[in-house]
Amino acid sequence: MSAVGRSSEVRAGWLLSTPALAAITIFFLLPALASLGLSFTDFDIYALSDLSNLRFISLNNFAALLGNPLFWQAMGNTMWFVLLGVPLLVATSLGAALLVNARMLKWRPLWRVALFAPYVTTLVATAVVWRYLLHTRYGLINYALGSVGVGPIDWLGDPHASLPAILIFVAWKSFGYNMIIFLAALQTVPKDLTEAALIDGAGAWSRFRHVTLPAIAPAMLLVAILTVSGMFQLFAEPYVMTQGGPSQSTVTVLYFMYEEGFKWWNLGSGAAVAVILFLLIVTVTMLQLRFAKRAGAI
Amino acid sequence: MNMCIDRRFFLAGVTALASTGCARRSADVEMWAMGNEAAALPELLRMLNTDSKLPSVSVQPLPWTSAHEKLLTGFAGGALPAMSQVGNSWIAELAAIGAIEPVPEAQSDLLSDQFEAVIDTCRIGGKIWAVPWYVDTRVQFYRRDLFARAGYNAPPPRWDDWKAALHKVKRVAGEGNYAVLMPVNEYEHLITLALSAKAGMLNEAGTHGAFSEPNFLQALAFYKSLFDEGLAPLASSTQISNVWSEFARGYFSVYPSGPWTIGDMKKRLPAEFQKRWGTVPNPGPDGIGSAAPGGSSLVVFRGAANSGAAWNVVNALLGSPGQAALQKLTGDMPARKASWAANADTHITAFADQLENARALPKVPEWERIVSEMQVVAERMLRGQFTVKQAAAEMDSRANRLLEKRRWMVERGRAL
Repeated sequence: MSAVGRSSEVRAGWLLSTPALAAITIFFLLPALASLGLSFTDFDIYALSDLSNLRFISLNNFAALLGNPLFWQAMGNTMWFVLLGVPLLVATSLGAALLVNARMLKWRPLWRVALFAPYVTTLVATAVVWRYLLHTRYGLINYALGSVGVGPIDWLGDPHASLPAILIFVAWKSFGYNMIIFLAALQTVPKDLTEAALIDGAGAWSRFRHVTLPAIAPAMLLVAILTVSGMFQLFAEPYVMTQGGPSQSTVTVLYFMYEEGFKWWNLGSGAAVAVILFLLIVTVTMLQLRFAKRAGAI
Repeated sequence: MNMCIDRRFFLAGVTALASTGCARRSADVEMWAMGNEAAALPELLRMLNTDSKLPSVSVQPLPWTSAHEKLLTGFAGGALPAMSQVGNSWIAELAAIGAIEPVPEAQSDLLSDQFEAVIDTCRIGGKIWAVPWYVDTRVQFYRRDLFARAGYNAPPPRWDDWKAALHKVKRVAGEGNYAVLMPVNEYEHLITLALSAKAGMLNEAGTHGAFSEPNFLQALAFYKSLFDEGLAPLASSTQISNVWSEFARGYFSVYPSGPWTIGDMKKRLPAEFQKRWGTVPNPGPDGIGSAAPGGSSLVVFRGAANSGAAWNVVNALLGSPGQAALQKLTGDMPARKASWAANADTHITAFADQLENARALPKVPEWERIVSEMQVVAERMLRGQFTVKQAAAEMDSRANRLLEKRRWMVERGRAL
């Protein structure tokens, strides 16, 4: 290729990618840098009225957070959401994907739509329905549990039941998206391999374990990373269902950041929470990648 | 309205708020309101506008749970309406950030015939920043029948006698029952006791905690004794699913609460129970106690283009037809004392007495956060983690930490 051709290709490349790069810079990179800067200041309502009331306080926000018991409780709650939620979501969505991919299933498109529907419905609307489902006295869930002899559970009022309640809601709401990813991966599993395994006498479980699972490992990694970062950033569900209660048992890190920033209007401290959360997610994702590399998924 | 487009252009973050501002071109005055009042305002304004002299008002309802955030976001984005209803505890903050101005001299009539403690809540740095619209406070709801069986007409007003009466009432109520309900996650109960003991809670300038003062220590020790002596259950409000039926059952015989409880009692408890409860003001160390004056005020925001029209609306809402209509539509207790005579409800007298004895809470923007911390410490004290003195010291240290910025501001003469 001639030099002229190459430079015109470079120009076209820049031309095509500039809008996207500009949007990323303006709407993602700059705000992220601004909030990093903000985390070293004590931006609060006084600074809101007059910027000369803003002070640079280096790492004081971070030190104050580490000494704040509610921050640690939010961290702990978030860890529970991640530890319980990620396996639950991955298992549910993989199960659902296997189901709607199964050849003996009739009306497959209908099943796919039905299982994907929760993901695309409005969160607040579904939260209203779920609050009825989880209602202590009139809720369908307690009614069902009652018929097998389990006493009524105060799902959204008991500090021990509220986190599982939110988790069930989150799993129901978001497994559809992962299911689609798994479904796409399942359809790339070579049929001849499955059939060869079948001829060699492999049962359903060993076909799944030794043929399907290795084939969808990259998709599994993607889903795991997305779910982990989603679980770390849980906010809307506790916000609409419990407002962080009862006894702050559903305050997540992001909910804590929201309260710090927009309820108490300590934007500096809120930005510091965001920075910590960012570092946490990056670290966990790195660990996942390293683990996946060792396991041969990528 | 030109301004509105500029705002929308510059402040992408608040487009939602700004666009509601732009969408309603037809009205002269934009007003934000919350809860019941927001629902009643359109009809209230229609009732007042018989001679069509009022400017047209478009009311934007906000939920109470997010109204405070929306006001601050509206200020940050320059998207505030001309006027708004605000909770009395937010006035200090709105004044500190410069969202509102003191009530102008020409409107000072609006502040007459009002409860002094409520006006004092709106007074910051010697100036009054908002016009009280309706008021509320907390009194004791008590079981007439159980107190009668214990030998009392009503809970006595002095702390010593009051506690002695509670012991007797608890005995009358029987095994497993208590005498008073003060959920440990609600800070209002300790605040009522502290105000009754004339504790300041912060120093005069509002720069340091004053929880270790003798008056507050007295209130805190009294609060603790109610739990230690088994008069109050060590429970948070989420653990008591139905306050009214528990009250009727005799689980507790005294429940300090606000005027909304009158309606709840009437609605949720059977007709034959209605003669068996009453209201009296809170007790104090040496006679009738105190309480925090609550309620909402009206503000006209700084720099509102049509502030004249907005003040006309405030005047209409504070006039006697306006106050009477508010009482009728919402059941709120009007801020103007003259409008109280018309209310025939016998339970209301206790509120009037209590309001005459109310005292304003500290007026610093950090207050709400300080009381939340206070209650966290108080609950730990009740669960045995702190003695009274240690708890007070812990409250002081937490308050002082929260007030650090304010001290810096005061030193530079920048705080109100």
